Order: sequence, then structure tokens, then C-alpha cells
Amino acid sequence: MSSKQTESTGYRSYLEEDGGRKGIYKWILSTDHKRIGLLYLYTMMGWFVIGVVLGLLMKLELIAPGKTLMEAQAYNATFTVHGVIMIFLIVIPGLPAVFGNFMLPIQIGAKDVFFPRLNLFSWYIYVFGGILVIISLFGNGAPDTGWTFYAPYSFKTGTNMLPAALGAFVLGFSSILTGLNFIVTIHRMRAPGMTWFKMPLFPWTLYGTGWIQLLATPVVGITLLMVAGERILGIGFFDPTKGGDPLLYQHLFWIYSHPAVYIMILPAMGAVSEIIPTFAKKTIFGYKAIVFSTLAIAFVGYFVWGHHMYTSGMSGTALWAFSLLTFIVAIPSAIKVFNWISTMHQGSISTEVPFLWAASFIFIFMIGGLTGLVLGSLATDVHVHDTAFVVAHFHFIVFGGVGFAFFGAIHYWFSKIFGRKYDPSWAKTGWITFFIGFVTLYGPMFYLGIKGMPRRYFDYLEEFHGPNIISTLGALVMIAGFVIILVNLIKSARSGEKTSEMNPWGGTNLEWQVPTPPPLENFDEIPTIDKATYKYD
Amino acid sequence: MSEHIAHHDEHRDDEGSKLGIWLFIFTELLFFGGLFITYAVYRHGNQEAFHLAGKELNVTIGTINTVILLISSMTIAMATTSIQKKDKRTTLALIAITLVLALVFLVNKYFEWSAKIDHGIWPGSPLLEELGRGDTLFFGLYYFMTGLHALHIIIGMVLIAVIYRRVKNDRLTHDNFQLLENGGLYWHLVDLIWIFLFPLFYLIA
Amino acid sequence: MSDTNHHIVPYRTYGLILVLLLVLTGISVAVTQIELSRWATLAALLLACTKSVFVLAVFMHLKFDHTIYKVMVVFIMLVMAAVIVLTFFDYGFR
Repeated sequence: MSSKQTESTGYRSYLEEDGGRKGIYKWILSTDHKRIGLLYLYTMMGWFVIGVVLGLLMKLELIAPGKTLMEAQAYNATFTVHGVIMIFLIVIPGLPAVFGNFMLPIQIGAKDVFFPRLNLFSWYIYVFGGILVIISLFGNGAPDTGWTFYAPYSFKTGTNMLPAALGAFVLGFSSILTGLNFIVTIHRMRAPGMTWFKMPLFPWTLYGTGWIQLLATPVVGITLLMVAGERILGIGFFDPTKGGDPLLYQHLFWIYSHPAVYIMILPAMGAVSEIIPTFAKKTIFGYKAIVFSTLAIAFVGYFVWGHHMYTSGMSGTALWAFSLLTFIVAIPSAIKVFNWISTMHQGSISTEVPFLWAASFIFIFMIGGLTGLVLGSLATDVHVHDTAFVVAHFHFIVFGGVGFAFFGAIHYWFSKIFGRKYDPSWAKTGWITFFIGFVTLYGPMFYLGIKGMPRRYFDYLEEFHGPNIISTLGALVMIAGFVIILVNLIKSARSGEKTSEMNPWGGTNLEWQVPTPPPLENFDEIPTIDKATYKYD
Repeated sequence: MSEHIAHHDEHRDDEGSKLGIWLFIFTELLFFGGLFITYAVYRHGNQEAFHLAGKELNVTIGTINTVILLISSMTIAMATTSIQKKDKRTTLALIAITLVLALVFLVNKYFEWSAKIDHGIWPGSPLLEELGRGDTLFFGLYYFMTGLHALHIIIGMVLIAVIYRRVKNDRLTHDNFQLLENGGLYWHLVDLIWIFLFPLFYLIA
Repeated sequence: MSDTNHHIVPYRTYGLILVLLLVLTGISVAVTQIELSRWATLAALLLACTKSVFVLAVFMHLKFDHTIYKVMVVFIMLVMAAVIVLTFFDYGFR
């Protein structure tokens, strides 16, 4: 790869460019993909703190049977808003909104995304959707339906379904437009010589994710509109008294919400695929296999949604069809895990913080994935459906998956983004604390689920008390770890040791060939690509 | 007024812009797709009721509206030909005709809906409750789908009006007309959706 | 991907396609006035599909554009069809 970077005269980092604007306008009026990525980061951090607090409240409630802090109604509202925030405001925008925005153009050798103003607009929509969610907390109170908004309760409940549903609808637009932007960017703006199979893996996952965002999100959009139609007009789509079928709501909802989990996990896997070769100092094992398994996951993922509905009353034919497809979709994920581990094998591992996150991601993700097979299999699912087992599964795979990858990515790209270094020993302390807390918090839920403890209940039988105490303590440890990580990152971003080192980790992709932090347009001259990615010689 | 010279901006990527609108069209297909799934499911479960309810709709108006949209699709498609031939007058005329046809479609819709509402049929109306499940679902879908479609017609009209102005102001010309092409694509989508709505609601009697 | 092609479609072509579409519309209406019940619906839908192909290919320029667009459109249609089929794995067998 050749690129001419002038680090002497004329170099200004993107943070020093203000487009002639002052203060907050430097940020909220900027179409620079790097600033937009950070806007998403900051707003998401705010939402995450709220989501974590709601989670903590639930765990405190569950520390003992009976009412501890709140009654059923408040608990129902808590898990609903917790879910809405975590799903629609955190993990769906997730890595694409932050790292996709910041890194995608640089990694493919472009100056920005294809539609920069649309990009900024997507963030505005994100903020607006969040405001609608906040509005739903007032008046008649936050929805108590669960983030899944199942009919008929979602159109019968007296709580604020409409602002919440509208918020989710608006947030869906943000997701769609981001996906659209990234797809066009990847198709049209790759640097000369960067053929599809010379493109790094993180952009590949953003590409697959973009298609899911594009094609699945509209389905939940129309479904939410239909629920609004039920509430406002009594139209009858999901109302059994009018001939409607509540199960149709579930079908339509999960036709989006299952592919949605691949929106969440694919970019996370992409980030892990970037980190592992760098810290193993070894070419990624099976680049093409990872590309094709990414596309396979995105594709097959459209056809498995019924596994959320095994006990709902679907026909026997639907049951076995969805179970079969669910097992099939697990295969490409397993291929990726194999490839990551093979990359590490006989590599020269350095256990820096990003690597710790990526390696523990693999461990946590495997547990999440394997327990997914328990859920995907009909006979065992009947036993654990709607129990704490499910809660454990999706926290391992979604929080463990997206969360760990996110922490890995922020540490990996930290100096490039901020031009400063984080404190590695605090970062490692934060990591191990978080990891131990995480496993302690969610591990017992597998056991509790098998033993029969239902999910979304504020109360439980005395026999479940012990493991619940352990779980709640785990939450406290995990949050402590999170606080350590967060404080370290914030302090370091503001006043950490400055660095202009272009390639601290010895990575091979284009982002390590531009100055730290990058200039406004990333490249003085768009580079020409003449060798494969991830080449360590 | 400063003279606006259209030039080929080397940073402009029309093909990418076209890709963008196609991707957006795909989202619209999936958006309506959810409703088509709903229709299929409820039609399957209420065949006789849907068949009878369909008789309530006026095939003549439906056919006229179909013809109107098909013609308007042709006119806006022709506009990309005329602008490339540097025929600004024809381009403006074709765009204007498209707009007028869209308006006529909406007017027809208004009359159709009014007639239905006069007969006591609207979402959640007492008459529909009385008539029973198949009718409730059929007319619920009818209003929701044609209503959503009409909303897209209105959006399309705004877009086409903007394009009209830009052609008039020479901001869109023979070597810078991607917006016209994109607007046309959006309009054809609106036409496509109606091509399916028409038989599903009007021709099932 | 090739740059924007400058293929100019003659007015006549658009006109002919319109006539074709109008004819197909006429046939749809005629066919469904006959009491063929379920076959009438199938016929009407097939005719609608045929009309769509012409709108996509000519009005929307797919015939003259880069292959990638045709691939994408077909792909989307297949995904939507598969989703409907899977949904009917439930509804068709209750």
C-alpha cells in the first residue's frame, strides 16, 4: 500500500477542524463521519448508563422473593424500558453507528461516506427517537408490555404505547439510512485496487449488516404502525374479537427482530476479526470463509424467526422447519470461531487490552451460542421458554457479544480516535472485574431457568433465592468493572497522554497508515491498494 | 439572476446516487411487504368473506386509477428521455402531466373513501363490527394499505414538484438529471404497489 | 461498476409498454368478471407480476442498467417470497 501523508506542515487533526463553527455547533452541524461516530458514542453512552441503572434496579428487586423495591407494575415497566433502550438505542446502532461511521471510510480508503448529510440526519433521527422514548415515561407511565410489544396486550394496555412504538419506528429509520449509506459507500468508494476480496473484514460485516438493516427493519416499522392503528382506530389486525390473529403480530415482529440480532452481532464479529490478527501478528485464517459465513449468517438469519414462537401455537410444520433452519444458521458462526482460534494458533500473541476483550468475547459468545442450540431445539425449548434461561442466553450472546466487542474496539482504536493513550493497567483491571461480574450475574440464570424460574416476574419461589443473590452480587461487581472502564476511557480521552503514533499495535489496515488522529479528509491522496489485507510477513 | 452553468462535477457519482434510491425502494417493498403478508394470511383464513366484501368496491374507479398511474409512469419515464434530448419544454410538460394525473388519482380516492364512509364503513366502525370478521379485516386492510399508498403518492408529488422547479431553473439538465431519474424510480415504485393492490382488492369479487 | 450509461430510451418504447400494460390491465379485469373464483385470483396476480416485470425492465430501466440491479431485485423478491412461504408453513397447516 502506498500513501503519502504529510505529518509536518499543514496537518491538522479532524478534532482541530471546526468548519468555522463554535462550541456545540462544531459537533451537531458537522457532516464529518468521524465526528458523527463520536456523536453516536456520546449519546449511546448516556443511554447505556440509564439502561444499566434500570437493569440494576431489576437485579436489586430480585435479590429476594416478594417485593423488595417495587411492585409488579413498576417492574414490568422497568424491564420494558430497559429492553427498549438496550435494543433500539444501544445494540442495534451499536458498532456500526460508532466504529462503522468512524472507521469504514478510512478502512476502504475514502474521504467520507457516500451521503454525509444523510449520515448526520441519521443521528438527528436517533436523538429524536430517543426523545420519544423519554416521553413515554411520563403521563400514563412507561409501557409494561416488554420491548416485544406483543398484541393484544400492547393495544389494550393503558400505558404509553404510542410514544414508545413511535420512538422505535423513528429509530428504525436511523438504522435503515445508516445501512443504506454504508452499502453505497462500500460499493462506490473503495480505493483503487481494493477489490471486494481485498477489503478488510470489518467493512465486510458492515456490508452484510447494512443489507439486514435495509430489508428487515421496514417490517417492524409497518408492524408498529399496525399496532398504532389498533390503538387509535381499533382496526382489528391483531384483535381476536375482530378476526385478527395475535400470532400474526409475533410473526411480523420477529421477522425483523431475529435478523436484528445479526445486525447486532455481525459488526461485533467484524471488530474481533480485526483485533485478533493484529495481536496474533498473523494473517487471519480463512479470510474468504469469514466473508462467506458473514453473508450466510445475514441470509439464513431471515428464515429462523419462528424459533421465538415455539410455544405460541404455530403448526407442527412450522415448528420443525424453523428448528431445522435455526440449526443451520449456527454453522457459519461456528466457522468464524474456528477461524479466529486458528488465527491465534502459533501466532505471536500479545495480551494487550483489545486482545483480552476479543479473546473473552469468543468464550462468552460460545456459551451464548451453544445455549442457543438448547433453545433452538424444540423439545428442550418447551422446558426453558420464557424462563431465566432465555435471559441468560441473550445476555451472553448479545451483551457478551456486542458489549465485549465494543469494549475491545474502543480500546483498539482509542489512540487513533482521540490521539491519546488510555491507562492499560486500569483498563485490564476493569476488564477482569467486568468479566468476573458478567459471568456471575448471568451464569446462575441458566440454572434458575432450567429449575423453572420464569422471566419478567418481579417475584419468585423461595427455592430460587440463593442463585438470585449470587446473580445480583455479580451485577454489582460487573457495574464496578464498567465504572472503572468508563472512567479510564473518559479521563484518558480528555487528558490522557497524547500520542501521534500512527500504528501502535502493528495493524495492517489503512487506518494504521493515516495520522493519529486522522485529518479531516483522512487521506491527502487516496491510496492505491496493491496487496491483500492482513498480511504479516 | 446569475447564470447557472450545469457542468459535470467530477466528484459527483450519479451511479451511486441511483444505487441509493434503489436501496430505498427495497425498503419500501419490504415495508408494504408486511401488509401483503397480512393480506395473504387473512385472505387465506376468510376466503368467502373477502370475496363478498370485495364486491363492495367499485371496479370501474379502481381500473381508472390503475390506468391513471400507468400513464403517469410513462410520462415521468419519458421525461428522462426528453431531458437527455435537451428538450426542456417537453420535459416540463411531461412532469406537469405526471403531477396532474397523481392529483386526479387522489381525488378519485377521496370520492371512493367518502362513499364508503357514507355507507358506514371505516376502520372500527359499528357497521363493520356487525358485519363480522372477514369484512372487518378486509376493510381494515383496504383502508390501511390504500391509505399508506396514498401517503406515498403525496410524498411523490412533492418530490416531483421539486424536480419540476429544478428543471425550470436549469439546475437539472441533460448532463445533470439524476434527481429526475431517481424521482421517476420512486414514482414507478408507487405504481408497482398499486399494480398489486388493484387485483387484490378490486378484482376478487 | 460501470458509470451512468447514457442509453436514451425512445419515447416510442415507453408508449408501447404503456399499451401493453393497459392491455394486461384489461385482461385482468375481464378474467375476474368471469366466475372462475380461485383461478381468477391466481390469473390476476400472475398478470400483475407480468405488468411489474415490464415496469421494472423498461420504465425503471433495469433492462438497460448494470446487471447488479437485476440481481438485487431478483434477490429481494426471492427473500420476500421465502418469508411468505415460511409464514404459510404455520398458517397453511394449522
